[in-house]
Amino acid sequence: MTPPEPSSYLVLALLLVAALLFGLTPLALAWLWARFFSPAKPGPTKHAIYECGLESRGDAWIQFRSGYYLYAILFLIFDVETVFLLPFAVAFGGLSIGGFVAMMVFILLLAEGLVWAWQKGVLAWK
Amino acid sequence: MMDEGLRSELGKQGIFTTTLEELYNWGRKNSVWPLGFGLACCAIEMIAASMARWDLARFGAEVFRPSPRQADLMIVAGTVTKKMAPQVVRLYNQMPEPKYVIAMGACAISGGPFKQGYNVLKGIDRYIPVDVHIPGCPPRPEALLHAFMKLQQLIDAQALTGGSRPRHLLPEAPSEFLVPEYGPHDLEPPKNPDVWCPPVVGGRET
Repeated sequence: MTPPEPSSYLVLALLLVAALLFGLTPLALAWLWARFFSPAKPGPTKHAIYECGLESRGDAWIQFRSGYYLYAILFLIFDVETVFLLPFAVAFGGLSIGGFVAMMVFILLLAEGLVWAWQKGVLAWK
Repeated sequence: MMDEGLRSELGKQGIFTTTLEELYNWGRKNSVWPLGFGLACCAIEMIAASMARWDLARFGAEVFRPSPRQADLMIVAGTVTKKMAPQVVRLYNQMPEPKYVIAMGACAISGGPFKQGYNVLKGIDRYIPVDVHIPGCPPRPEALLHAFMKLQQLIDAQALTGGSRPRHLLPEAPSEFLVPEYGPHDLEPPKNPDVWCPPVVGGRET
């Protein structure tokens, strides 16, 4: 096997340079334009966090309540499971025993979550 | 600077000449991005102007931006209540230069039918510099298109250098304007004296 000619790599290097220039030239022109014509005008309101014109209050790093996991479980049971149950029902006739067992495990895991949520009283309308 | 006679002569021969300033203004006037921002019923006319029938896209201004950081133009479309005025001024302050304002409709330019009321600002030009005022209650989309063309003429005529250059090119001119406070009786202060002074009619302030 002969080594590739150096010129074939040169094309790649040239392409890289062209790509860099293509990206950097407009940026440099914009920077030069701003430097010569457009004075920077920073300010406290301008740099403030944008919140639809209101002044922002508190910290952006807030913690979500871990209690929301219940909604995640119920969403999995009633929404995601349905998405899998429909193709399962359609393909039921031609399904191998392995596929059937895998599906049963999946349903059992989620049914376990349903039983647990039911016992916690999440399903009761208060 | 090339004189106009030589320029039109060259144009007849198929040679197009331009200046940096013209190229810059041509680019700017054809991509004025408004802030997606409606205050009252005038906003419905603004939305209509941006849709297929009136087609604001012909002026390069169909891209209503959801953030003031990307917007060039604020269309104050509707009634500015005194509670809303600080937010409007703050949004204007958060827009990068160059920025323009169209006051759309009777309320935005003067308070309109609510001028004698207690809770409506009597014209947004009391706090921020307005470039084009459109009367009407509400103005039709054609009126907004007319205001756009006026604004394009205004941008086209702006000089890059010299004493007559626009506000955003003057280093000492402010980019931020005073944000009023919503006080117990009125906005505090009730107007920005640097931007607006009351018109005097017959020796009386109106």
